[in-house]
Amino acid sequence: MKSFGEKRVLNNVSFQIEQGEAVCVLGRSGTGKSVTLKLIMALMRPDSGEVWVDRDNVVGMAERGLSVVRKKLGYLFQDAALFDSLTLYENLALPLKRLTNKSKGEIENVVHRTLTDVGLGADGAKYPSALSGGMKKRAGLARALVLEPKILLADEPSSGLDRITASEIDELLMRRKAEHGTALIIVTHDVHGVHRVADRVAVLDKGDLVAFGSVAEVSQSENDVARRLITE
Amino acid sequence: MRVLNRLVEFVGKVGCFSLRVLADCWRPPWEIAQLFRRLAEVGNRSISLIVVSGFALGAVMTLHTRSTLVSFGATAMIPAVQAVSFFVEIGPLVAGLLLAGRVGSGIGAVLANMRATEQIDAIESLSIDSFKFLVVPRVLACVIALPLLTLFMDFSGLLGGFLSEEFSSHIGLQLYLSRAFDGLQWSNFIAPTLKTTVFGFIIGSVSSYFGYTTDKGAQGVGEAATNSVVVSSLLIILADVLLIKCIFFLFPDTAI
Repeated sequence: MKSFGEKRVLNNVSFQIEQGEAVCVLGRSGTGKSVTLKLIMALMRPDSGEVWVDRDNVVGMAERGLSVVRKKLGYLFQDAALFDSLTLYENLALPLKRLTNKSKGEIENVVHRTLTDVGLGADGAKYPSALSGGMKKRAGLARALVLEPKILLADEPSSGLDRITASEIDELLMRRKAEHGTALIIVTHDVHGVHRVADRVAVLDKGDLVAFGSVAEVSQSENDVARRLITE
Repeated sequence: MRVLNRLVEFVGKVGCFSLRVLADCWRPPWEIAQLFRRLAEVGNRSISLIVVSGFALGAVMTLHTRSTLVSFGATAMIPAVQAVSFFVEIGPLVAGLLLAGRVGSGIGAVLANMRATEQIDAIESLSIDSFKFLVVPRVLACVIALPLLTLFMDFSGLLGGFLSEEFSSHIGLQLYLSRAFDGLQWSNFIAPTLKTTVFGFIIGSVSSYFGYTTDKGAQGVGEAATNSVVVSSLLIILADVLLIKCIFFLFPDTAI
């Protein structure tokens, strides 16, 4: 459960995902989808309840423990949240310098490879302000993946993008899942993307989990909101 | 009553925030690269403002002092008056207030913008302690830079005063400096300059507090910048009163 002041944002949400699985979280605006991701990443603490990552409950965990758990997680923010004052290369190199024992040369290789994977191999020297919306999203994805997380949390990876760029992002996500077995939790409003990527779908409405299952199952759900979200 | 409650709550929160800064200064990992980056930023942003302001203030002060002292036939005292007033009070206080305006507003706005655009969350998501990474180096940079900037303020003030005097009385640099430093003791110079470390701490921690803790999105950026300047300037002036009492207590000779 999670409230902001008087407003209860999440009430009754419980689901489990497996390694290598892609779960899309759907719901109307303001139903707590992004909050769910932030609770998993322990960027917020729930008022009650538990969040388990592997064998660790991140709720109430001390900072030192959290930093270990967070290394297993990657987070693609809605607006990419790239660091304005750093170049693209530096944005990706920062976590590698801080959290690994890699040499300078190894870091350069990893950053270049990761940027190339998302189609930005030649843009490492650019600052975020010089990038288009789609490039920022891809750069944000590259930074989220640079530590090779087991689980990737993506907050509206296709929002504000044209359909072609959105499908390119989806392809990057699917490739990551297929090649590395990365579990994906994707908050999205893009139904086309859901049909492309999702193994299972979670639908939130007014803070409750109202449907959870495969795309086919949710599209036949008894819940009207869930059915409309996946089919319209 | 409600205003008083909010004031007490605010003082408590800023106090806790500042204590966290002090505690985190001693806890590894130390953000040395970030500290140098912030030092360069604070220095670059402020040095020209400090030097030009000091120079102009020095010239203006000399003109005013001359017009007063000339009626007592004491114009020879002008360099000494200039040096004492700049080293003891004007240099430290004005440098502190200028830094609060120039750098404090910048720190508040930058951190608030980082909060609004989820950059701080992004740092946390990368297992990096955002407080140590963003706040501590900025506060330390203000603490280290302000005494140095105060020296620039002091000497550019003296230079402005000298040029003004040179045009009026052709005093010559050597005589001006010897008269300026004649009655000045180390305690007149060191303690007031070192007190600016406290001003630097106030600017860094108050501005960081407003920027780091905002939750109002884009609107919070402007508010953080404004509040940083207003509150740190006010606290600097209040702290100055206390620090002067402390300096008089520790160095009784300076209480002329």
